[in-house]
Amino acid sequence: MDMASETHPSDVGAPALVVNNVSHSFGENLALNDVSLEIPRGRFVVLLGLNGAGKSTLFALITRLYDNVTGEIRIFGHDVRRRAMAALQRLGVVFQSRTLDLDLTLRQNLLYHCALHGIRGREARRRTERALQIVGLADRAREKVRNLSGGQARRVEIARSLLHQPSLLLLDEPTVGLDIGSRESVINIVRSLVEKEGLGVLWATHLFDEVLPTDLVVLLHKGRVLFNGSVPDLLAKTATQSVSDAFRKLTNTDTTERAA
Amino acid sequence: MTAVTTTAPRQMSVTTSISDRAWGSEPPRLGLRAYITCFKGIVWREVLRYLHQRERFMSALVRPLIWLFIFAAGFRQTLGVSIIPPYETYVLYEVYVVPGLLGMILLFNAMQSSLSMVYDRETGAMRTLLVSPFPRSFLLVSKLIGGVAVAAIQAYVFLAIFYFWEAELSGWGYPLLLAPPALLVGLIMFNSATEKLSERFMQDALIVAAVVELAVIAWVIYDWQLSPPSMNYIAVAPALVISGLMLGSLALFMSSVIKQLENFAGVMNFVIFPMFFASSALYPLWRVKESSLLLYQLCLINPFTHAVELIRFALYGQVDWLSLGIVLACTAVFLGAAIFAYNPSKGLIARRGGPGSGA
Repeated sequence: MDMASETHPSDVGAPALVVNNVSHSFGENLALNDVSLEIPRGRFVVLLGLNGAGKSTLFALITRLYDNVTGEIRIFGHDVRRRAMAALQRLGVVFQSRTLDLDLTLRQNLLYHCALHGIRGREARRRTERALQIVGLADRAREKVRNLSGGQARRVEIARSLLHQPSLLLLDEPTVGLDIGSRESVINIVRSLVEKEGLGVLWATHLFDEVLPTDLVVLLHKGRVLFNGSVPDLLAKTATQSVSDAFRKLTNTDTTERAA
Repeated sequence: MTAVTTTAPRQMSVTTSISDRAWGSEPPRLGLRAYITCFKGIVWREVLRYLHQRERFMSALVRPLIWLFIFAAGFRQTLGVSIIPPYETYVLYEVYVVPGLLGMILLFNAMQSSLSMVYDRETGAMRTLLVSPFPRSFLLVSKLIGGVAVAAIQAYVFLAIFYFWEAELSGWGYPLLLAPPALLVGLIMFNSATEKLSERFMQDALIVAAVVELAVIAWVIYDWQLSPPSMNYIAVAPALVISGLMLGSLALFMSSVIKQLENFAGVMNFVIFPMFFASSALYPLWRVKESSLLLYQLCLINPFTHAVELIRFALYGQVDWLSLGIVLACTAVFLGAAIFAYNPSKGLIARRGGPGSGA
């Protein structure tokens, strides 16, 4: 099974993530309605949507918390249902909720996640150290997570998601609740990884000012994909000047509460 | 805020390589060694977490000791226990109740780890476990065994305390035995008040205290010329593990069914207390039969009764085959239900609705 994954033809040149015609409902409530999107390798893709748009449901399906009943989800060509191991090995995730052990040190937290990916011993220690260097917290490795600020804890979670060198990174509202400074540093860290190492990134947010003109945008609203493409295309299509105006026009909603 | 902004971007440019492999290269094959690494990592995390939650460490030990020293001592005169297998002589009530209290340690630990799993799910830590590339059933069983390891540590500390309590040491025996843990507790209290000691120092102190305590135990046994324990401490190990797995898989299943943390009070009332009291933990079943046939039958179908009996016989180097069979069968059923509940396509998580069921 594993041997096959290494030479699987679909892995060559396949996009980082493909979501095809995925719908999902909780009882009566249709959370995702025929969602399709694609993340090319090495691109920063912003998943824009208000709270309740279905972003977290989509993340739950991609990370296989539960299975997509319809459609398909592929990570570098590997179907997350049938080839979960190959798919999850290429995937790094930063969840919306805090997931670190507050009572353990940064190092202990990261070593645990190395173990979850089968990385051990000296290699695990070296990766832990380098991941903390990337997020600028190497000098605090022996401190408890409890002593960190919200922004620092977020950076540790990013460091953790990098330990197994994923080629695709998912981040679910990573900047929520952070002050401006920490927000900027979190964004810079991820963007520089895209630039230098060619990671594909799916960045879910409801903050329009996090979108750069060079990004790709997927606009999710009430479980539907309303737009999928580049920022200039979005502005041209809606004949607007800013992403937030375009969003308002497409969704007919008043976003003043979140307008950037 | 300014401190945060200045450190990150500057250090970031130093390196972005995590390992010698280039980004985007093929991930390695996960062979047997990787599985072992993952298993050890999960078990070690459970133990670490337990050792770090010092209040939990203390309360988990104090609970059975209170039962032993107060409840059993009070019942000593009221309740006589006649000679029933596996006992070959008349035993005191506090001897009778030891397997039940070991079962209590396992039961509370299992429920506590189920509570922590509900909590983990709400905070998202359970989700980081489940995005590990290893098969989900393997991850869940590893987590289960981690919980059993924690319970086994407590069970053996409890057995050691019982042994020395029975030995009725003279002179400096008890002060000597209590000195290392007392010093450690003092250190912990000092640290939680002042926060002056480093985490590293506290870890070392814990290890030193454990080593010193073992030395003291050896010395006391030698110098007081204590007899070997009347119970079989080695044979009880597999019984503790099997019973722990059964209770742990029951708790794991419950953790997937319980929606929110608040429901845990209900677990206490509707699972822990009935299971514990309607069992052979506190009183022999023939006694129960004398007073109520219905209660007796309830006790018989309670899997916890059989866990306790399995432990009771194992403590005397015997195997209660009926109990062993029932405990193993229950483990299989509960574990199957738990793995089913956490299965992404059939499981209860998907049906219950709401992403992460916490968000």
